[in-house]
Amino acid sequence: MDALMLSRLQFAVATFFHFLFVPLTLGLSILIAIMETIYVRTGNEDYRRLARFWGRIFIVNFTIGVLTGITLEFQFGTNWSRYSRYVGDIFGSLLAIEATVAFFLESTFLAVWVFGWNRLSPRLHALSIWLVALASNLSALWILIANAWMQHPVGYVLRGGRAELQDFLAVITQPFAWQIFFHTISGAYILAGFFVMGLSAYHLLRKQETAFFAKSFRLALTFALIFSLAEIVQGHFHAGEVAKIQPAKLAAMESHWHTQTGAPMHLFLIPDESRDRNLVEFGTIPDALSLLAFHSPQATVKGLKDFPKDERPPVALTFLAFRLMVALGFLFVVLTVVGWFKRHRLEASPGFLKVMLYAIPLPYVALQAGWIVTEVGRQPWIVYGLMKTADAVSPVAVSQVGVSLAAFIAVYSLLGVAAFYLMRKFALQGPEPAVAPTHSGGGLKNA
Amino acid sequence: MLETIWFTLWGILWAVYFMLDGFDLGLGTLMPALAKSDLDRRLIYRAMGPHWDGNEVWLITAGGVTFAAFPTTYAVMFSSLYSALMLILFALIFRGISFAFRDALPSPAWKALWDWCLTIGSFLPALLFGVAFANIFQGIPIDAQGIYQGTLFTLLNPHGLAGGVLFVLLFTLHGSLWLAVKSAGDLHQRAARLAAGLWPALLIVAVLFLLATWRATHLYDNYLHHPVLFLIPLIAVAALIATRVFIHRAAWWPAWFASSLTIVATTLFGVVGLFPNLLPSSLNPAYSLTVYNSASTPLTLKIMLGVALTFVPVVIAYQVWAHYLFKDKIQEEDLAHEEAY
Repeated sequence: MDALMLSRLQFAVATFFHFLFVPLTLGLSILIAIMETIYVRTGNEDYRRLARFWGRIFIVNFTIGVLTGITLEFQFGTNWSRYSRYVGDIFGSLLAIEATVAFFLESTFLAVWVFGWNRLSPRLHALSIWLVALASNLSALWILIANAWMQHPVGYVLRGGRAELQDFLAVITQPFAWQIFFHTISGAYILAGFFVMGLSAYHLLRKQETAFFAKSFRLALTFALIFSLAEIVQGHFHAGEVAKIQPAKLAAMESHWHTQTGAPMHLFLIPDESRDRNLVEFGTIPDALSLLAFHSPQATVKGLKDFPKDERPPVALTFLAFRLMVALGFLFVVLTVVGWFKRHRLEASPGFLKVMLYAIPLPYVALQAGWIVTEVGRQPWIVYGLMKTADAVSPVAVSQVGVSLAAFIAVYSLLGVAAFYLMRKFALQGPEPAVAPTHSGGGLKNA
Repeated sequence: MLETIWFTLWGILWAVYFMLDGFDLGLGTLMPALAKSDLDRRLIYRAMGPHWDGNEVWLITAGGVTFAAFPTTYAVMFSSLYSALMLILFALIFRGISFAFRDALPSPAWKALWDWCLTIGSFLPALLFGVAFANIFQGIPIDAQGIYQGTLFTLLNPHGLAGGVLFVLLFTLHGSLWLAVKSAGDLHQRAARLAAGLWPALLIVAVLFLLATWRATHLYDNYLHHPVLFLIPLIAVAALIATRVFIHRAAWWPAWFASSLTIVATTLFGVVGLFPNLLPSSLNPAYSLTVYNSASTPLTLKIMLGVALTFVPVVIAYQVWAHYLFKDKIQEEDLAHEEAY
């Protein structure tokens, strides 16, 4: 393997591992902030315990997310130096803004939250977790604006062998960036909702602290229901945007080979990339692809065969990842709608609770699949239409990248196992016992 | 002009990062020498707990600003220093994780594992940042295409290693002073004694490094052209001496601030000497990356300046507030709250 392939693998490992932790941070920070706000407003001690219980799991998750995020920033320079040089004028500034407006805020106020239980008034303490939630989501916005620019470069001019910024507002306001942002954070909120529901279901099934966990289940259910529904609607428009600006990605998502008007959709198909066709197709719905992608049954959808071979993304992987993500997206709606009708008799629905417990990994799968569609579907481009991934890699020795890739795999595997073990332990252990706080500055009297 | 402003901000960002994370990295390195019991170790973790992550963001910002303001330098510097940066990265990951993991399980072996991760994960970045910056000051073998013609071992030359030792001593003195500020009793006494013991070693290495800099680098050129700049190394020396005076008087906060100033002035001494280079080539000065041939466009630099002037003062304000919130000495009772870490 060459430095290019190793660097791509390394970036994939680093991003996927990082993205195992980030979505939970984005959603759980908001749920904890809501719990603590309810505590401050009602004085109900259970909500303080809820914030602390989920907070403990949150911290393990957050710490790993933050630390593995540094890898990503370093990697643009270490492994993708030609890319960095080419786009630094635009992409670099977005990363620097992310650090300045978001990372400081989230790191500083998480520490304030963790160590401030007895030093701040309940109001200020709740405010600090709101700031963490705001900052995490702000950081998602800036990094996704940067990603959207790689997907659909705007507001630039090519000069002196690089892309130079011409219109900053165009970069940060382009609709595709906001589509990616809403799509990703909705996914993250669904993930956090299912995480909280699943673990609450575990305790409800064992009849432990049932009032306590019913509260967190219902809160998470509302949250996940809203965003599961929103994700379907938004996802539809998101795909429409992809159809317009990344037609090769759309064609790969649907394994659509021949350009045609009134393009159909196949409920089941098996792509055969080596022969530029599908091996099997059935469950054909006429005109459906044209209708979904362009809102017109007679619209023309460009097929993969009309893209040069070296400008097509890997089809089977993009297609499978897209199908998986969409199927799971609909499943999340079904599960949360069912949950909505059972929300007042959760303990009487052990079957449903069990399903929700085992559903915890599903949003993780859906989100990773979504990233595959986004990133693999964009290949062979690193900056769509401007720079190919193959031209972006650093002039570094194969051995260097080989060693660092091996180290990433080893270290991240160990970290992943340890983090999973600890989060599982904290989650199964349940909350601290309900006692009134005795320290000054905390507790009900200031609420 | 914009390039010069960003060069200055770039230098200040690194200086602030070294000043802030310096005490964490130094204290983590020293933990085996300072802690006699599990309680001591928990107090040491707690002395850094609310601060390490906020401090580390200055590194991310320094990296981000290199990328945004001088993308060509970012590209060449990070790919040239590939192995060193990867080591720093893994070290910082292990260091940070130990804060979240160490007290999560009661097993002594588990705790010992993370204690070692903290110490090694603190020592390696301290050493390697020193090695990296000493090499940057000296110049590294990059060719006309910005391709690095060396290996990790090229960086481990005598000057680079001297820079590494200098940083380790600067940071460990800084860290022991931080613990002297934050602790009481025996632990405080040990931190105070260690700080007094580290000071002469730092003085000797600092003087040797300044002399070696004369031989190995062109940093002094700027100073000879503009002698008023000699104020910066003078401030570094004065701050180092003041540190000793405050240690003698057992004035720990002033000693820590003097040590902070030493670190900032030492970093700026190198950065000012470097100007207008960001990454000199040791092969041919024409291949060097400077603020002129590696900067972003004026538009990007202006937008970034607007962002920096708006948000950095806010960041400084809330970070100062957070430090003030946790300014007290750590007592044993503080550990009883079980506040997550």
